[in-house]
Amino acid sequence: MITLGDYLIISGILFAIGFAGVMLRRNIIIILMALELMLNAANLSLVAFSRFHVDPSGVPNYNAQVFVFFIITVAAAEVAVGLAIVVALYRLRQTTNVEDISTLKF
Amino acid sequence: MMLVFGAAVIINRNPVASALSLVVSFLALAALFISLDAYFIGIIQVLVYAGAIMVLFLFIIMLLDLRAEELRKINWIASAGGLAVALALTVQIFSVVGSFQFAKQPFPPLARHVLSGADGSTSDDVHRIGLLLFGNYNLPFQITGIVILVATIGVVMLSRRETR
Repeated sequence: MITLGDYLIISGILFAIGFAGVMLRRNIIIILMALELMLNAANLSLVAFSRFHVDPSGVPNYNAQVFVFFIITVAAAEVAVGLAIVVALYRLRQTTNVEDISTLKF
Repeated sequence: MMLVFGAAVIINRNPVASALSLVVSFLALAALFISLDAYFIGIIQVLVYAGAIMVLFLFIIMLLDLRAEELRKINWIASAGGLAVALALTVQIFSVVGSFQFAKQPFPPLARHVLSGADGSTSDDVHRIGLLLFGNYNLPFQITGIVILVATIGVVMLSRRETR
């Protein structure tokens, strides 16, 4: 029997993978992909809770799914802006490695 | 399978292989959404993530002509620290979910008309999400539209060549 906890654990592991990616990788594009993984982990737990919270007439709680819709929209906008910044940086520096872009580093 | 390909995103050294494993990971995640009876979210996941966003990623990777990053001197202390923090996060999530008594219950059954929608009443989840989106969440929906407009203008400004 698949329980709510299984989905939550899968979501947690996915978030941890994304977090490790942000911490370990040095390529900006792969860091952006790992950010997408973390957003999707949040989406998965939201949808699992939505399915778990069923009201007496047998309808799942759709508020969480509307929230997931907003998250997906904002993530798409964020990726577009992030990749535009990457392209502008690459034009300036010919690199996508975060260790070569340390002008703002304290 | 989703977790395997999610880990492959991190492990692969070639950005193109990494992006392709991210596509497979998103498709598996869409399958999980559909197994949770969230058909609308699953379809949106396939269309927006596996379609649009990944095409954008692959386009940028190939535009910049990134090759597999060379083995440079790895900062072992930073890598071990990042891995340790991620592992600590996983352990914490396991312990929190384990101590959460709702997590051990199976999912309650849905009403039949939600699953089929075949009784003539428009009761599929796209209909319900649409009602909620344009009813209760009308203002956030319009704000989202403005966010996308601002993002579009920002991208155009960022990628404009300096011509003067």
